Amino acid sequence: MSEPVLALKNIVKTFGSFKATDDVSLELFPGEIHALIGPNGAGKSTLIGQISGSLRSNSGQVYLNGRDISALSVAKRASLGLGRSFQVSSLALEYSARRNVMLAIQARQGSVYRFWQPVSKDLDAIQQAQSILEKVGLGDRSEIVVSELSHGEKRQLEVACALALKPVCFLLDEPMAGLGPEGTEKLIGFLDQLRSEAPILLIEHDMDAVFRLADRISVLVYGRIIMTGSAKEIASSKEVQSAYLGSEPAC
Amino acid sequence: MFQLNKENVLNWIIGLSLLMMPITALILDEVYYVNLASRITILALAGVGLNLALGYGGLVSFGHAAFFGLGGYVAGISAHHAFEGTNFLSVIIEIPGSDQMLLIWLVTIILCALLAMIIGLISLRTEGVYFIMITLAFAQMIYYFAVSWPTYGGEDGLSIYVRNQLPWIDTYDAMTFFLVCFVLLIGGIYTTSRITGSVFGSALQTSRMNAVRLSTASIEPLGIRITAFVISAVITGLAGALYADRIGFVDPSMLSWHRSGEIMIFVILGGVGRLWGPVAGAVLFVCLEVFIGGVTERWQLFLGLVLLAVVLFAKGGLIGLVAGKARHV
Repeated sequence: MSEPVLALKNIVKTFGSFKATDDVSLELFPGEIHALIGPNGAGKSTLIGQISGSLRSNSGQVYLNGRDISALSVAKRASLGLGRSFQVSSLALEYSARRNVMLAIQARQGSVYRFWQPVSKDLDAIQQAQSILEKVGLGDRSEIVVSELSHGEKRQLEVACALALKPVCFLLDEPMAGLGPEGTEKLIGFLDQLRSEAPILLIEHDMDAVFRLADRISVLVYGRIIMTGSAKEIASSKEVQSAYLGSEPAC
Repeated sequence: MFQLNKENVLNWIIGLSLLMMPITALILDEVYYVNLASRITILALAGVGLNLALGYGGLVSFGHAAFFGLGGYVAGISAHHAFEGTNFLSVIIEIPGSDQMLLIWLVTIILCALLAMIIGLISLRTEGVYFIMITLAFAQMIYYFAVSWPTYGGEDGLSIYVRNQLPWIDTYDAMTFFLVCFVLLIGGIYTTSRITGSVFGSALQTSRMNAVRLSTASIEPLGIRITAFVISAVITGLAGALYADRIGFVDPSMLSWHRSGEIMIFVILGGVGRLWGPVAGAVLFVCLEVFIGGVTERWQLFLGLVLLAVVLFAKGGLIGLVAGKARHV
């Protein structure tokens, strides 16, 4: 099997005596969508923080393309190709959608310490941003200020911003949250194609989406991965059902 | 490129009025008002500097008087040595004083940049109220240092007996000096407008709106903030050098926290993060100071009321009141 793009090796995060992440190892291979599911409070957000760099692990390593990135900052990890979207949208609200996307493009293409040339004349970056926005279905909304976008559009823009980094892997935290059925359907189709560009670690509550998209699924309960397997294996596992599906009535 | 929107029209009106004020005063032979226009212009430039950090970067520095005063002391100390024909430093190398503004400005730029880098490296690791307090603490340290340094007058300050010079220009002439200040103000505003429209400006403003977005876009917020803080300090420092030359005097009050507060008031009155906001703010401030101050010593009570009204009812300051919310595309 090929080398994993993203690999977690025995990472641990404790808050006081509470183990939020308990010895988690996980691998993300080229071309796959690896879904991470788990009931509320299972430690998904903590794990994402450790991968993206906003939280430091107590022990264990995170590898991106074989390089240990455990000690690097969020920005450094992003520049090495970790493209992330947030559960709660995290965007520059006073800027247009396009300007949000352009920032990542311009940071990738050259120094951000360019003080004189107007951004509005960087036609190349504008064009690239436009084509990325079209990809996620925001082509006609590119000049709208983010605070005026709908909730669903902000979710799409998050993905667009991650795309703009040309990442080697995606870390998508509940990209479907709050999307209507139509939006979800579109995004599923989009992510399905996206995996050929770069593999995706998908944290998602929408089980239907997870079972349709994921090549492999890992189940996180109380900070531990209790099982990793294909959609079919996960769905038929007694252990998962009692720990996850059973403990939380379907809604 | 140039859009004829409300804000731009307003900016032109403010700029031209500021230019017309001393010209009119000169025709009416009222040199006092020419000097007053210089004062407004210099204070506005100090505000333009702070606006880059506070308005665009969201860095509420309560210590910009440190840079304003440093600029003032560079002008003062340099002129002092030039006047007395003594050296600033005679150990190992000799550094004489100079009465050349260009050289004084250059030294001001270098020293303010260094000071801002030191203050920034420490204070920018914190946020919010801690940042405000650390910048204040640094400025106060420098204030007390100046107070207790007898070589340059200590508390009594230092006189600049002969205004510093520019090549081919008579800086003693009130109108000429105003024009020098005005050119620097326009330079500061133009620099700000270029910076805020650039890639760096995008990053800076994104750091204000959402620092998490910035680092997710692979940009370290700290470097962006320090750079902006340094540029901001340099502009305010230049204003300080001009300020000392205008009144021919520099004392520790240029470094005090009152001064930091005043510079902040220009920005808030005029409109935080609005290109010409500090100019509008400085105009209003000086008008209140002169016209209400001429009637009652308690003019600052009215300043307080105006500030209160602006904060409560016009978040975008004077510029926002007329031109509406700022728009970025």
